[in-house]
Amino acid sequence: METATATLDPAARPIVVPGFARPLKAHEMVINMGPQHPSTHGVLRLELIVDGEIIVDIVPHIGYLHRCFEKHAEHMTNYQQVVPYCDRMDYVAAMSNDLGYAVAVEKMLKITVPERVEYIRVIMAELQRIANHMIAIGTYGLDIGAFTPFLYLFRDRELILDIFEETCGARLLYNYIWIGGLSHDVPASFQTKVKNFVRVFRPTITEINNLLSYNAIFVKRTADVGVLPAETAVNYGASGPVLRGSGVKWDLRKNDPYSVYDRFQFEIPVGEGKRGTVGDCWDRYMVRVHEMEQSLNIIEQAIDAIPPGDVQSAIPKRIRPEAGDVYVRTETPKGDMGFYVVSDGTASPYRVKVRPPCFVNLSFIAALCRGAMIADVIAVLGSIDIVLGEVDR
Amino acid sequence: MKEILLDLLRNEALVYTLMAVVPLLWIIPFALGAVWLERKVAAHMQDRLGPMRTGGWHGWSQTIADILKLIQKEDTVPLAADRLFYTIAPFVVFVGSFAAYAAIPFSAAYVGSDINIGLFYVIAVSSLVVVGLLMAGWASNNKWALFGAMRSAAQIVSYEIPVALALLAAVMLAGTFDLQEINRLQDGGILNWFFFRKYGLMAVAFLIYFVASLAEVNRTPFDIPEAESELVAGYHTEYAGMKFAMFFLAEYANMFAVSAIAATVFFGGWTSPFGSFMAGPWWGAFWFLLKSMVFVFVQMWLRWTLPRLRVDQLMYIGWKVLIPFAFAVVLGVGFFVLATA
Repeated sequence: METATATLDPAARPIVVPGFARPLKAHEMVINMGPQHPSTHGVLRLELIVDGEIIVDIVPHIGYLHRCFEKHAEHMTNYQQVVPYCDRMDYVAAMSNDLGYAVAVEKMLKITVPERVEYIRVIMAELQRIANHMIAIGTYGLDIGAFTPFLYLFRDRELILDIFEETCGARLLYNYIWIGGLSHDVPASFQTKVKNFVRVFRPTITEINNLLSYNAIFVKRTADVGVLPAETAVNYGASGPVLRGSGVKWDLRKNDPYSVYDRFQFEIPVGEGKRGTVGDCWDRYMVRVHEMEQSLNIIEQAIDAIPPGDVQSAIPKRIRPEAGDVYVRTETPKGDMGFYVVSDGTASPYRVKVRPPCFVNLSFIAALCRGAMIADVIAVLGSIDIVLGEVDR
Repeated sequence: MKEILLDLLRNEALVYTLMAVVPLLWIIPFALGAVWLERKVAAHMQDRLGPMRTGGWHGWSQTIADILKLIQKEDTVPLAADRLFYTIAPFVVFVGSFAAYAAIPFSAAYVGSDINIGLFYVIAVSSLVVVGLLMAGWASNNKWALFGAMRSAAQIVSYEIPVALALLAAVMLAGTFDLQEINRLQDGGILNWFFFRKYGLMAVAFLIYFVASLAEVNRTPFDIPEAESELVAGYHTEYAGMKFAMFFLAEYANMFAVSAIAATVFFGGWTSPFGSFMAGPWWGAFWFLLKSMVFVFVQMWLRWTLPRLRVDQLMYIGWKVLIPFAFAVVLGVGFFVLATA
């Protein structure tokens, strides 16, 4: 077996790094970042090829959290049983995954769900988006070295989790959005609690902006770092806050509306390069902060408009779609999540293929980091906001 | 204090040993207290409670429990590590920070060694820490540790310059390196403190000193050598148990040492802010510790508020911001000292 001992003699046998285009030069070194590194946001492993502190190349290795989602989905006895597996993909935004899958299967079954279900789904998905962005922003602060904003955000995230817990009993993996309906109706205190959260959380956003977003050191660390030009972003298939951070106004809630999103007024925040170049880490970060504000707006509009009704009236007794396929994409907090579901007319799906936003967004990390420093890798990775459960599935 | 002890014991070697032990008697309880305080400060800034159970009252004995746990840990040395240097590195680091205490005047009556180049000695001996850090990083045979060690060497060596220049301004003002003499010159109330002298120039010198000393002791926003989100744990990545505890102890000892120098040189050290009111050897120790603890608290406050700089930005601030300003302050203070001489 070849050892990784670097030698100063350039004539010596070159060290070949798998996945790296050329052998290492004498002054270059391979460092292994992850899968146990504190800031790779899970079990991502990055093989850094560095020249001192400067990144020459990055070879990402994924698959440490591969749980055979797609194969499991084929082997369920019915379509409904796939939902808990969807929870476990992007486990910090489980509601959003469920919504995507439910919408896809409903489209196959050609059923319309009651208004009440749609409104509750939108509120849940937006609360989930806020909860997700809280983690994204909080851990991003941690990555840059600011510890306190993380805990402020987690404090407020508890309010969202309490709402979820009271509604469906779970705090992380909900199995709440079912095909054709919801697992439970919302409790009586739902509206008060959601309104309370909206009231409590708006000042927190201002606080986070003062403490972190506009902090001179934070701006210094993130502005002009990991710049992703709009054209490159589109070419790589980036989506979500990563794409919007590059200044591309693309949000499926507006561009390809699903559920009842077309009834609400909200803006699509995009990166404007206010502190550096358009598409830098700060822009991606800031898009998330603004998105939380917009989600609060949607929730405020929806919470008083929830129509009465039964949330389980449209749940089919037998889910047996006609043979065929469907592709549905929804805007999860991380980006466009697409579900390609193939049915062969039986009770379980023939194939469920997921187009995961994190996986695609992670694919160009090397392009963003070349020539930057080791500390910038952390900044870039945090600004992409990946969850390995979804990258590996 | 030395005279009293000499009278009492009539044995010079014993007296000097006793004198040397006094700072150690301070450092260890201080480190235990400061770690607990840091947790509490962090917790209350972050809207939580921190340790609340161990020992009863607000978890006061949490750090003692932690130290007991660390002592019991198996003393592992990585197979590929350089055993000798790996083992002595934590002690070199601790000795470096401990030795600085010898010249720090705790009170008019007590200073470990009343040498006439006290300040110079403190600056010189605290540089020893770098050797230990480099040793730890290199001997661990771990790339992250090596990065941490190289970063800390570059950082500490760079930031010693603004620290030394800022203190030089105070030395020019005092005309002596003797820390006790510097304190005596500031006696007689708050307005005599060096911080308020020379039309704000000394205040600038203090700011330069304080910012640079944060970098010297690896505190946020300059905690780049052990940046946990980048380098896992920097130079002490491979350390565990008591060896790790020694690094930890040295960090807190250093925190207090730089705060003590700031208090002594710029804020009157053991002198009372009210002239002869509340002055005396015991009050002196009280004032000195109070002033130092304020700066220790400020360091904690900064740590839980600010993000971390990048290594090149850190160098930029050191060489292109702090050092030029420090030179300007030295020139300015020198001018005023000459003009009023």
